[in-house]
Amino acid sequence: MLKIKNLQASINKKLILKGLNLNIKEGELHAIMGPNGSGKSTLANVLSGKSGYEISGELKFQGENLKEISVEERARKGIFLAFQYPLEIPGVNTNNFLKTSLNSVRKAKGEKELDALAFLKLVKEKSSELGIDEKILSRQLNVGFSGGEKKKNEILQMKILNPNFSILDETDSGLDIDALKIIAQGVNTSRDKKKSFLVITHYQRLLDYIKPDFVHVLSEGRIVKTGCSELAQELEKTGYQKLN
Amino acid sequence: MKQQELKKSKEYKYGFTTDIESIKAPKGLNEDVIKFISKIKKEPKWMLEWRLKAFKRLKNIKEPNWQKPKYPKIDYQNLYYYSAPKSSKNKPKSLDEIDPKILETYEKLGIPLKEQEKLSGVAVDAVFDSVSVATTFKDKLTEKGIIFCSISEAIQKHPELVRKYLGSVIPITDHYFATLNSAVFTDGSFVYIPEGVRCPMELSTYFRINSSETGQFERTLIIADKGSYVSYLEGCTAPMRDENQLHAANVELIALDDAEIKYSTVQNWYPGDKNGKGGIYNFVTKRGACRGKNSKISWTQVETGSAITWKYPSCILQGDNSVGEFYSIAITNNYQKADTGTKMIHIGKNTKSRIISKGISAGNADNTYRGLVDISKKALNSRNYTQCDSLLMGNKCGAHTVPYIKNKNYSSIVEHEATTSKINEDQLYYCNQRGLNQEDAISLIVNGFCKEVLQQLPMEFAVEAQKLVGISLEGSVG
Ligand SMILES: Nc1ncnc2c1ncn2[C@@H]1O[C@H](COP(=O)(O)OP(=O)(O)OP(=O)(O)O)[C@@H](O)[C@H]1O
Ligand SMILES: [Mg+2]
Repeated sequence: MLKIKNLQASINKKLILKGLNLNIKEGELHAIMGPNGSGKSTLANVLSGKSGYEISGELKFQGENLKEISVEERARKGIFLAFQYPLEIPGVNTNNFLKTSLNSVRKAKGEKELDALAFLKLVKEKSSELGIDEKILSRQLNVGFSGGEKKKNEILQMKILNPNFSILDETDSGLDIDALKIIAQGVNTSRDKKKSFLVITHYQRLLDYIKPDFVHVLSEGRIVKTGCSELAQELEKTGYQKLN
Repeated sequence: MKQQELKKSKEYKYGFTTDIESIKAPKGLNEDVIKFISKIKKEPKWMLEWRLKAFKRLKNIKEPNWQKPKYPKIDYQNLYYYSAPKSSKNKPKSLDEIDPKILETYEKLGIPLKEQEKLSGVAVDAVFDSVSVATTFKDKLTEKGIIFCSISEAIQKHPELVRKYLGSVIPITDHYFATLNSAVFTDGSFVYIPEGVRCPMELSTYFRINSSETGQFERTLIIADKGSYVSYLEGCTAPMRDENQLHAANVELIALDDAEIKYSTVQNWYPGDKNGKGGIYNFVTKRGACRGKNSKISWTQVETGSAITWKYPSCILQGDNSVGEFYSIAITNNYQKADTGTKMIHIGKNTKSRIISKGISAGNADNTYRGLVDISKKALNSRNYTQCDSLLMGNKCGAHTVPYIKNKNYSSIVEHEATTSKINEDQLYYCNQRGLNQEDAISLIVNGFCKEVLQQLPMEFAVEAQKLVGISLEGSVG
């Protein structure tokens, strides 16, 4: 699904990713851990195509060279990023945003756009699964949402867009224990043989609920260690110090 | 004809011309032309005298030049002041008699006039160059005693109302363009809502400039008698030409005791091309008088077109407890310029005004909010709230806020808030990541920014206006 070879990325002349290799196959869930500032969000941004980065190395998604493809095209091809800090867009109704987003993706895939009724049905179903109060969906996008509500809203968007590759950037940070379980469940019910995930987290706790196939440690722009879910438990005890 | 038609492009889809024979007044501005206009409109003598009085005044005054957008000298002698489709000479009695080419034009503009296809719930007065060519739903309105017709018709059929109110809000001596309009105005709408009547539908006028080298001098007069209510909307478009055309309108509103007038504008005159060639000079005087107690006048404007927009729809709050509102979106792209805002003149006690202005600037455009809040000594316990937000795209455009505040008594309160921001790249990225392309993302964010104003528009037009906001900014972010 995703092949990253010797990826280097810099922004404002500062090199952040320094030769990163990563292979994610269909159906796999990879977790990335690593100290603050090690480049996790940068990796997420580079994968989703945010502008401003100077990039070299190989970046392939489903056999295509990602470097040539715009952010929205990548999104339409099924790359989804749950933001570490979801953006507030004043004046834009959340439901309306979700619908516009879903229909752009559907249209690009050659699927029929959903009408208001079908859309509301879908939102109702997905938001109740995630324990989201529907009232917040008629509010302005993320404006005045609590930290947890914002994160849940990201996962709701993931469930609605149904992408085949999802990057979750610290979606678990700031969630209470119940919300964490709900979100983990939301991810788990989305998992199947075709879908892949890259889950960025600081806490092993999340990985108790979402079983990763691999855990990587990112440090100073490189993956310095890869293991299975036990690695996360180990890190929880020892910290990152020993790896450097 | 020396003016060349510009090629149609997708940016301005109303840029076509209707090939139709027209009757024109001879070029130039003089007494004979004014007499020609008055005669062709079969006006009574008092009307002609009124026009000539304005013209006399005009000769002694100069164009104002304090505005921010400057423009090359207008050659007033090189304009046509009257142009009308030949077929409208004997004004058709029914819609079936209208030149099919005109019907087709309005259909193309999304304003079907034919009986079967009329916009439901909206009565339309269609003004083509200098004449009103059709007014729909007349019968239904007449039942309620509402008068909705062209100003030309009103001058003939309701002279007592016209004489009483015309020029009572914008005196013929007001300023250059208002005086010019008073001398040469051609057509526009007239509305009278009788005492206690709530107008059952939206009233709307659609202005179309078609002929080249022609100025459009619209005159609209709306009177809401005691306890009545009306919501009125105007829309405007023009063909794409590389000349600048002048649209100098006067709009007067009068609200008597307990009456309310809601006046909305969706202005989409041709803005000129990417390099700033051509486009309409939209120099308009709009003023409402809240003459009665507890009356209310609310202006909502969505200004997306024109090369230069220069207007300050204002409220004179004479009646005690009267309310004035001004909601504005002004979008300028490429080389467009806008200097717009409002004047709220508080005279009565306990008068309230509210100003919400959203300016959006892209490309090399320049956008100024200019507003006056004037609270007189006697206007005790009055209030004003003003909020001006500017949004910039790119770094070649400009935004300016020029508020004038005069509070002459101690019991009144004036609040002013202003913000200027750049379109947020991270918001755009977020939208793109959700599959929206750049244009849709901009449109979404800008519509969000303008929401408070868009909400004020009548439902029938809000969707159209939202689309227009997006289209006007196409190509503004690379
Ligand atoms: N626009 C920028 N200009 C310069 N440096 C930047 C820019 N954006 C990010 N960086 C730097 O790149 C490094 C990696 O940042 P990144 O956000 O990827 O870290 P992270 O691993 O996600 O950290 P955290 O765990 O705190 O979220 C940091 O040192 C950060 O300051
Ligand atoms: Mg991060």
